[in-house]
Amino acid sequence: MAADTSTLEHQVHESEADLWEGGQTPFKASYGKLMMWYFLLSDAFTFSAFLITYGALRVSSPTWPVPDFVFATAPFGIHDMPLIFVTVMSFLLIISSVTMVRAVQEGHRENPKGVVFWMLMTIIGGLGFLGCQAWEWNNLINTEGMTIHVNPFGVHTESGVYMSASDLKSEGFKEVAHEGHATYYLHPDADADTEENRYYEKIDHFDKSYAGESIEPGDSYLITAHSGEYQNGAIKTTGGDIVKESFGPKAFGALFFCITGFHGFHVFSGVVFLLIICLNVASGLYVDRKNGNEMVEKIGLYWHFVDLVWVFVFLVFYLL
Amino acid sequence: MSSVTTAVPAKPYDDNLLIEEFGYEDHFHEHHHGDKYQSNFITHYIFSQDHKIIGRQFLITGMFWALIGAGMSIIFRLQLGFPEESLAWLKPLLGKWIEINAETGMGTLSPEFYYALVTMHGTIIVFFVLTAGLSGTFSNLLIPLQIGARDMASPLLNMFSYWFFFLASVVMFYSMFLSTGPFSGGWTAYPPLSVLPQASSGSGAGMTLWLVSLVLFVISVGLGGINYITTVLNLRTKGMNMWRMPLTIWAFFVTAILALLSFPVLVSGFFLLMFDRGMGTSFYLSEIFIAGEALPNVGGSAILYQHLFWFLGHPEVYIIILPAMGLVSEVLSVHCRKPIFGYKAMVYSILAIGFLSFIVWAHHMFMSGVNPFISNFFVIFTLIIAVPSAVKVFNWITTVYRGNIRFNSASLFSIGFVSMFISGGLTGIFLGNSAIDIQMHDNYFVIAHFHIVMGIAAFFGMFAGIYHWFPKMYGRFMNETLGKIHFWGTLVGAYAIFWPMHYLGLAGLPRRYYSFDQFDTFRQFAEINKFITVAAIIVFALQVLFVINFFYSIWKGRKMTTKNPWGATTLEWTTPIKTGHGNWPGKIPTVQRWAYDYGKDGREFIPQIEPLAEGESDLGH
Repeated sequence: MAADTSTLEHQVHESEADLWEGGQTPFKASYGKLMMWYFLLSDAFTFSAFLITYGALRVSSPTWPVPDFVFATAPFGIHDMPLIFVTVMSFLLIISSVTMVRAVQEGHRENPKGVVFWMLMTIIGGLGFLGCQAWEWNNLINTEGMTIHVNPFGVHTESGVYMSASDLKSEGFKEVAHEGHATYYLHPDADADTEENRYYEKIDHFDKSYAGESIEPGDSYLITAHSGEYQNGAIKTTGGDIVKESFGPKAFGALFFCITGFHGFHVFSGVVFLLIICLNVASGLYVDRKNGNEMVEKIGLYWHFVDLVWVFVFLVFYLL
Repeated sequence: MSSVTTAVPAKPYDDNLLIEEFGYEDHFHEHHHGDKYQSNFITHYIFSQDHKIIGRQFLITGMFWALIGAGMSIIFRLQLGFPEESLAWLKPLLGKWIEINAETGMGTLSPEFYYALVTMHGTIIVFFVLTAGLSGTFSNLLIPLQIGARDMASPLLNMFSYWFFFLASVVMFYSMFLSTGPFSGGWTAYPPLSVLPQASSGSGAGMTLWLVSLVLFVISVGLGGINYITTVLNLRTKGMNMWRMPLTIWAFFVTAILALLSFPVLVSGFFLLMFDRGMGTSFYLSEIFIAGEALPNVGGSAILYQHLFWFLGHPEVYIIILPAMGLVSEVLSVHCRKPIFGYKAMVYSILAIGFLSFIVWAHHMFMSGVNPFISNFFVIFTLIIAVPSAVKVFNWITTVYRGNIRFNSASLFSIGFVSMFISGGLTGIFLGNSAIDIQMHDNYFVIAHFHIVMGIAAFFGMFAGIYHWFPKMYGRFMNETLGKIHFWGTLVGAYAIFWPMHYLGLAGLPRRYYSFDQFDTFRQFAEINKFITVAAIIVFALQVLFVINFFYSIWKGRKMTTKNPWGATTLEWTTPIKTGHGNWPGKIPTVQRWAYDYGKDGREFIPQIEPLAEGESDLGH
């Protein structure tokens, strides 16, 4: 088909003429490349809508999980290294953009072998990213218990700093009771050991301690965890009433799986197209066209776009 | 242009000679011997990649939907105008949606189906008729022809664009035969009616198919839009700079940009809606009770959906009206034998309208609980849109003023368009004010406003385009007598339908109500409602007349004997009467002047392919 339509392209007649006068391409780009740019422009609006949805739901939630806590796990038993795994993932994807640049460069040099090699590297990078995403999803769903309906990562304070028990003690809190993994403290100004004056800290199954940063009555402050099984929750003291919020804002899980899933789908489609075009390059399909393997450049544009989108997805879910 | 000062050929011009002398050879026909890609019936008429065939496919599919959409409005108008009359005679058509009273034998329209009808009427007319049927038809037909291209940038994707629309049509059509009926929550598909399958009868399978259909539709619009933009930018023939493009092309170009940027946002919103419906997320639902029972949803926002929807929804009304404006500008200029007045002002107005359309969406949501201070922003930009719109209206009027007008169906519908656009535009200024909107929202004033300004007006633009370019599409003319009956009847009839609705709206008559029997305040309007319904039936009959004229003329209309029957300047009239794939049999013509040289230097018109005479200046620059 492409061979058919390429003849429709107008020829360049007067090189000195204004490009906008017609008969030539104003952006010095072929119609195929322009179409890819316009598609990416519209796709950017799709992702923008998703990210704006994320922002709208996040600011309307009273609390939001802290990424350093949510994304602290990695394979091989690593449990307390925030963002280490997603760093590896992102690195793979960004590096695959670099290899894509090399593939396009080799394409301009009309060197099919080089193109195939660097495209294969890109495909490996893309597959590596998808593999990591599969592991992360599996870990979040099956180990941490986060789904599109349930967000077990309870209420955290904005800054994500958790005080240890010793911190509570240095603030003048008195240890009053101990139940399983939970330790109860009494507020320094409390005159009686009543429930609303109690604050507690729990130790999770990785022997990590979590306690609230804010110790003002009326603020939400704690998450808890039992060994093996998750019972995360928050205690909110509002004028003596104790409200238990078992789970964090549901929208977190739904948005996470929806948006990273949509991005992952783009990466997956990209890998499929990369494979097809790589096979076409290897079979010599583009040799006759002598257009610097333009198909490679077009899929390259798409691939860089998908990487760029990941930067924003990474920003909102893992950093903010 | 260096080649333009050569000798001008003998007058009257012969465009074959002009193309032979000044056109250029692009070796198209060496690659397309006998057009082997369209050698049989299937590839020529069905899976065609020729933009002209695809344009006709869009048009005829759009007409099919227009009849269904308008027919639905007749059924619900019967309910509104004659609530006491028996609709039992509709039983063969509507089946169980007509409930027959066993004792009296009286047939009434079921209330659920009434809502399904108004929902489908809106969806079909807005998306399938006035988006696909209007910009799909004329962008496809006219962009390559008027800019001097062999075809679209990608004929293959262009073909897919039609077939995705066709698939969307099939799914939507199928949804009308579900036992629970099609979606019935309004064409805007606001949550929670669109999210909760148990919310109403149409919210289940009907809504699912509605969503599937519209996602397919957006793919169609995206493929088309990418093609239109790229074609306009990259495939213009030599000499066709941006300021020499006919206003039709400018309108289609900006329309395609709007569609390309706004429809993806709608799709994002629909994906989230699908998650909410199918997987139990709560993007759009928050603390909701249904039948006294609390649902588990928390944390979502129904207003969020409205923002995502109207971010498309507002540009969408310009996606509908801009192509009509472009068609009308061209048709008025040709049939008034005058250059369009203020060509550059027209272009800048199109661009300004396109830009502003993206920052006014929340004027649809003044009563949704958005912050009143935010509303101020949207009020201001909404009112500013009146400025470029008024510029266009004045330019059309000035184009007609002292023109040598040919009163044929095409030009009459163009003038009718201007009339409708003024009438509907003025009420838009009322509705754009958030304070007045408190009284006006969701009542018949709104119905009257948007039906006149983007419904009837866009249809008028479309009719003008069909009557004008019918010879280009089918090599024959449509019947003028029937065309004039169609015009005068529709003009008077459309005002008869919608003018009284302003008064009903000012009196507070709410839209989307199945029946007003229960309200003493509204009972006095029964006679007006009868009048509106009768007018609607007459107007609908006139549209049937138009469809008959259309199909009759395809085979039996008066034949076109010259290439350029209207004496127009633009390139599409330099192609042979029977235009093959590739449009020009030999060289591609080059463009030497702007598109509106009418009545210049004592000549009635000078085609764009004719070089400038010595010392003559091009008015387009």
